[in-house]
Amino acid sequence: MTRALIVLLMAALMLGAATGEVRAQDLQSVLQTQADAVASPSRRSVDAVIAALDASDLPQVPEFLEHWRDKEVWQRKADGLFFYVTGAGPYILIDVDTGAEAGTAEKADLDNIKPNAGVRGVISTALVKFQLLDPDMAKRLAAVDSIARDPGPDLLEPLRQAIEEEPDPALKDRKVRLARLLAARFDPDPVARAEAIRSLSGDLSVDARAVLSQILATRTTVADVLPEGTNVVAVLKPGRDISVNDAYAQLADAGLAQPTVTTQALKDGLIAHIADGQVGGVPVADLNTDAARIRAYQALADQGVVPPFVPDEARRAAVEAHVFYTAYTETDPNLTAAAEEAQAALATRLAVNQGADLALDALSLASIYFLAAIGLAITFGVMGVINMAHGEFIMMGAYTGYVVQQFVPNYTVSILIALPLAFAVTFGAGVAMERLVIRHLYKRPLETLLATFGISIALQQLAKNIFGTQARPLTSPAWLDGALTFNDVVSISYIRIAIFVLALIFLGLILFILKRTRLGLEVRAVTQNPGMAASMGINPDRINMLTFGLGSGIAGIAGVAIGLYAKVTSEMGADYIVQSFMTVVVGGVGNVWGTLAGATMIGVLQKGIEVLNPSNTLAAQTYMILFIILFIQFRPKGIVALKGRAAGD
Amino acid sequence: MTGPFLRRNPSVLWVLLALALFTVGVTVLSEGFGIGVLSTSFVKTLGKTLCLCLIAVAMDVVWGYCGILSLGHVAFFGIGGYAVGMWLMYARTEEIVVQSLAGAPLPPTPQEVVDGIGTQIFGVVGSSQFPWIWTFAGSLPLQLLMVLLVPGLLALVFGWLAFRSRVTGVYLSILTQAMTLALSLYLFQNDSGLRGNNGLSGLQNIPGLDAVPQSVISIGFLWASALALGLGYLLFAWVVSGKMGSVIRAIRDNEARVRFLGYPVEGYKLFVFTLTAIVAGIAGALYYPQAGIINPAEIAPIASIYLAVWVAIGGRGRLYGAVIGAATVTLLSSWFTGGGAPDIDLGFYRINWTDWWLVLLGLGFVAVTLFAPQGIGGLVDKLVRKP
Repeated sequence: MTRALIVLLMAALMLGAATGEVRAQDLQSVLQTQADAVASPSRRSVDAVIAALDASDLPQVPEFLEHWRDKEVWQRKADGLFFYVTGAGPYILIDVDTGAEAGTAEKADLDNIKPNAGVRGVISTALVKFQLLDPDMAKRLAAVDSIARDPGPDLLEPLRQAIEEEPDPALKDRKVRLARLLAARFDPDPVARAEAIRSLSGDLSVDARAVLSQILATRTTVADVLPEGTNVVAVLKPGRDISVNDAYAQLADAGLAQPTVTTQALKDGLIAHIADGQVGGVPVADLNTDAARIRAYQALADQGVVPPFVPDEARRAAVEAHVFYTAYTETDPNLTAAAEEAQAALATRLAVNQGADLALDALSLASIYFLAAIGLAITFGVMGVINMAHGEFIMMGAYTGYVVQQFVPNYTVSILIALPLAFAVTFGAGVAMERLVIRHLYKRPLETLLATFGISIALQQLAKNIFGTQARPLTSPAWLDGALTFNDVVSISYIRIAIFVLALIFLGLILFILKRTRLGLEVRAVTQNPGMAASMGINPDRINMLTFGLGSGIAGIAGVAIGLYAKVTSEMGADYIVQSFMTVVVGGVGNVWGTLAGATMIGVLQKGIEVLNPSNTLAAQTYMILFIILFIQFRPKGIVALKGRAAGD
Repeated sequence: MTGPFLRRNPSVLWVLLALALFTVGVTVLSEGFGIGVLSTSFVKTLGKTLCLCLIAVAMDVVWGYCGILSLGHVAFFGIGGYAVGMWLMYARTEEIVVQSLAGAPLPPTPQEVVDGIGTQIFGVVGSSQFPWIWTFAGSLPLQLLMVLLVPGLLALVFGWLAFRSRVTGVYLSILTQAMTLALSLYLFQNDSGLRGNNGLSGLQNIPGLDAVPQSVISIGFLWASALALGLGYLLFAWVVSGKMGSVIRAIRDNEARVRFLGYPVEGYKLFVFTLTAIVAGIAGALYYPQAGIINPAEIAPIASIYLAVWVAIGGRGRLYGAVIGAATVTLLSSWFTGGGAPDIDLGFYRINWTDWWLVLLGLGFVAVTLFAPQGIGGLVDKLVRKP
């Protein structure tokens, strides 16, 4: 008792001393002025402490609040001073002002201060206010994040006050947006709140949409008469907006009517009253039809041992006697009207942006298909060789990338090495295959299919034997991580942009080689008429070899790109081979532009179908293939069909 | 009729004789009826091989004789399997459900039985309702009719569309492959009504034959498969001989010339395509009860190419070639991958055939295409014609 008196006296003295020179105060003395409230804070007393701390304007305050909230403040029993504590056994005391060590103490000499959950919540809110103005940018960011994660009405004011003094423009922007979201949900002034809600119509973020749908949350209920002051969306007419059965079920759920007898209840009722192999006069063995069961149940109901059926007329009458309606949970009609308005405006913008996002997705998918198919456009499209091992060349390229990464740890360098190396490896493999196998089969295209299929399964199994069955990672350089984000709806990952750029480069490169170089001229000559080309001094063997090597090499590079985007497995090639052939055939054989058109069409189509049924990409692929089958019926030569003699047959 | 037909097709008698000897031989050696040298699972493998021979013969007719490299016949094979599998699964589950409901205090209503079957079959894909494709699943005759009708109609529509717009050669191959892929992707969906990637399982349990051991059932299926192969072989031998056979072969060799001679090329192709599709469906319907399970992975596009390769290895344009090719490759496959082949120790590396068999098989395809374009059947021809 005496100790408390001394403390009070000291506090009074200090308070007197402090009034003169506020800035010179230290935290300990401020705490001592409210020592009891600090030591055993309650919901009522905590506000005064926080107000005092707030007024002191000391930089140590946020740290103290954090420790206070986290139950890390201790009071020395001897003199009532507050300390933080470290160490075990004899505790080392830490001064709350300087952070310096201030002697040791036994556990018995200290009281641990443990604010209850409600008080801790108040402290947290107060803490946020300090953190929002903390000189440390990371702290401010964390505070904003914490508000965004866990918004509450108390945080609106501190947040608003923290906007003006924010030096960082980006963070200030975030604070403004967050304040708007909080205002839309919690502003006590309905006019200001409606204004905040309306301003959300320009905000595409998920948070803003969530706030709007939260304000517009509805519930469907039933009552005898429509209650006063309900913010009604619609009154449901039974039989038109809601089926009589559903309406009656709702009535029963609300306890306003007797529940109907469900199939299960009927069955339970019958089972409970089986006596001497009979229920309600009907033998149990006959109860294998619904009609018999109803008859037996009716008999039981007539005896009054089970709840009776509710006749249709009674149900209809009960439903008619009540009003069914959907109402907003928000009671102010002005606010819901504003939210409806904002949501409608947002819907249009959202649709446009979703369309843009979809277009980006489709474009990126198309570029992947294009990359996978472009090598095939040369070997199959230009040369007419059905190379079923094309997919395995893609796989070989991807594994080359993986192996390079095992030796070169720097991802940027390793990708730069892997791209030409993958080309070299698959070029070599392609040339070898052309020399050893395909050369002998130019006159028998369908048998090329079989031979290359043999090579395909052999290569696949070899890869499995060497690298195992589990997927291998091909890691992209750090600068390809992340995504280019326009807003919360439209974004595209950098890797997809890189693949798109790569596809464009290849399109240019191949067009250049085929149309502008000597090799391209000779390739076109040999594919159109090998005999005539040979008589002009072109060596068709050499040209065929180089062309096939080129197509295979490009598959290798595509493999590196696809490996970055998907996982590297021995089966990855097989996933692309059928798609690639379809891409080439749909686009039009013998034409690089055709392959581009084919890839674009397939990519756009697949993404477009996915929109109709987003949960099911398999269905999208199925319908896309069906569409392609039909498309080829009507344009057997593909989108870009060769005309005249070049078309051959 | 019989005289000239058999004289034109001397191989028919030999094949039928070999088939009969084989079936009787296996029966005598089996566990179910004979001395028990062959295990039941091996008898099933042999029965399955006979079904694969049947679809290979069909493939040979459509490709080796008519020149249509269809990569879609595996889809028809799978449809046949699914059609019969639906009945097997429905009837079998019905037995189980009725049995489990027999102990209930009230006798079940028909609706309760159907609901119980639905929950049993579709619980795995999170549903309990019967999709419309299961409408006839309760009736064996109707479902057997589906084995013929569905592949036949699908082939008719697809073939009509494709042949009408003169899609030929490689394009037709890719188109049929796309059809197979589409069907496989469709079946992979959980809401396809056929249990998604779980497929249909427990097909080896024949409803109503609980008491009969698998060793006896396997012999039954072996005989059924042998009968189907024999009849199919006779049917196709008849189709490819005579005037129709000549027209079909002429289409393979020069389609335009046959058309100019006034033959309805599309009609012939459509006939061959549809007929072989139906036979493929029958082969599938016999194959999957022996395999015990069918899932969408069975209908992969790659399986169609394997089918073509069997025919190529056996020798195209000869029906017995297809039988030889399919039997050789599938039996060798199961011997190598089943651990039957001894490992080869190279000192520095041990060749384990379960890992290396596919490499060997792939290189084998290449070798056959390059060095023996006539396949194994070509060798037989040489031996037969030389003396």
